[in-house]
Order: sequence, then structure tokens, then C-alpha cells
Amino acid sequence: MSFFDYFRSNKKPTSAELAKERLQIIVAHERGKRTNPDYLPKMQQEIIDVIKKYVSIDQDKVSVQLDSNEDCSVLEVNVTLPD
Amino acid sequence: MAKIIVVTSGKGGVGKTTTSAAIGTGLALNGFKTVVIDFDVGLRNLDLIMGCERRVVYDFVNVIKEEATLNQALIKDKRTDNLFILPASQTRDKDALTQEGVEKVLDELSETFDYIICDSPAGIEKGAQMALYFADVAIVTTNPEVSSVRDSDRILGILQSKSRRAENGDSPVEEHLLLTRYNPTRVEDGEMLSVADVEDILAIPLLGVIPESEAVLKASNAGVPVILDTEADAGQAYDDAVQRLLGKELEHRFLQVPKKGFFQRILGGR
Repeated sequence: MSFFDYFRSNKKPTSAELAKERLQIIVAHERGKRTNPDYLPKMQQEIIDVIKKYVSIDQDKVSVQLDSNEDCSVLEVNVTLPD
Repeated sequence: MAKIIVVTSGKGGVGKTTTSAAIGTGLALNGFKTVVIDFDVGLRNLDLIMGCERRVVYDFVNVIKEEATLNQALIKDKRTDNLFILPASQTRDKDALTQEGVEKVLDELSETFDYIICDSPAGIEKGAQMALYFADVAIVTTNPEVSSVRDSDRILGILQSKSRRAENGDSPVEEHLLLTRYNPTRVEDGEMLSVADVEDILAIPLLGVIPESEAVLKASNAGVPVILDTEADAGQAYDDAVQRLLGKELEHRFLQVPKKGFFQRILGGR
């Protein structure tokens, strides 16, 4: 690092800082998924299939999420219906 | 009862076999009867790193299939007392390692040995799962590099859910981080993740930091575990790690850029 760099306000992050930031994000994301039960993807697909029987929707307009707290789990199904 | 230690990482080429050879030798040097088992069926290499490749007659799979006894397959190390090697098979049969077979061999070894080191193959396939399944202690070998850290985190997840201890609801596998190929100069320049960065992300206790060292390649060239190179930084760092594994509290070394002496600075060189 040169002498003048100390006076620059917007320092570019070093590549190691970049690596740490990227890792923290991906690792947190993957840890969140790790606790999901194995049946979740299949159940998600079946829920979508049932909805599709009645309403025509896009696959990506449905999100299924499982949040676990200490003593209860919440399954959240979010469907965006077409107008 | 032996303590079962798995040396694992997820990613390949980070130093699992080097670490297994070094830690196994270190434990034996401290008077503990130790066996190092190569779980990398089809890609046997522990024998080369430990310099006993020409003495392999029977292997791990032969013992599981009862084609040989354990005593026939175990290779006694020529340099270090109390040290034995159980080589992997070169078969291409992926299902050669069965859970029952591995358990039987480990149980038999457990009767006479103090430590059983399981050198895991890379990946998360059968061989890697078998290597970690029975473990009491895991040494998660990691390079300060993004893919290695991510894979180590993945392996930690598997240890916490798929090991025997996890399945039986026993106390969890004791996890240790071993950071290898560490280069303090590059860390100082902001080009490499620091020890603190990796500890931050993986959040498991640090067993040791092995500096990137020319001694490691020299040791594997010669088939001598690097811990026996007592002059080398990597050898000393492994020795520290073994002492910590045995419960000693030692400060971590080789984390700073070595300061150059007056003459070195004038004359150059490393």
C-alpha cells in the first residue's frame, strides 16, 4: 500500500475481504438450507401441482419456505395468482 | 478403547493425507499406539506419503472381505515405534467399503490401539462418509481459499447430521480446524483469507496453522512424514497441533511474516 492510499476515503476492498464477504453470504445461505427436511422439494412440487389443477400459474410464481423457531416450524406457501 | 480421528475436508488437495501421516506419526512419537487407515479406495496414496508403498501385501478391503487377517494387512512403520498403516485397496469397486465391514475392523483395532486415524478421500461420496461415520474427533483440513472453506462447512454439516454420534444422539463429534498452506505474506497483502477470517466463517476451534512450506513436498518426495522434519516450520507446526490434540495449550506460531535479519535484508534472499 502506498503512502497516499492512507488519505483516500473510498478504499477498494482487498481480494481477501471480497473472499470473506462472498463466503459469509454463501455459507449462511447453505446452512439455512441444511436444516430443511429432505422431503421439502418434493412437497413443494406437489403443492404446485395441486394449485395448477385449478389455476394456471407459473412455476416461479410460487415460493415455499420453511422457517423453524425454537418450538414450532412455519411452512409458508406464497402464490402469486394471475390477474 | 481407541479414539477415532477422521481427517477430512470435502475438497481435494488440501493436505488430508499429509496431515494424517503427520498427526499419526506425532501421536506415535508421544507413545500412543496409533494406526492410520487409508479410506481412499481406488486411489491409495497414504502408503506413498508414509514411504511403505513397497510393503503393501494385503489391504483394508481384503480384511473386510475376510481374505486376510488384520495382522496380515497392517504395516508396521519402520521409522516410528507404535505406528501402523492400513492401506486402501486399489479396487475400482465403489461399494467395497460396507458400514458393517468398516465397523468390524474398527472394533478389532480399538481393542489394541490408542488412536485410529481415518484418512478420508475427497468429496462426500461413500468413502468419505465411511471415514467420518465412526469418528469421535474430526480434523477439518482447510486451505485459506474460498472453495476449500465452503466445502469444509459442508463437511461440518455432514458430521453434525450423518455421523454415528449424530444418529445415536451421543455427544457430538469433536471438531477441530486445521488451516494448511497458510502464507502470512499474502495475508498481510490482503490476498489471502486470514486465520481469523476462516475461524469467523467456520466457527470451530483452531487446532493449528500449517504454513505453506517447501518442506511438505520434500517430505512427500522422500516418503517421510513432514512432522519428522523438525527443522522445518511445517514440521514444527504439526508437532504443535499434535500437542494441542493431546490437551496442551500452546500459542499458535508461524502466523506473522518472518522478520528478515540485517544481513538478509542487505544480501537479499528469502
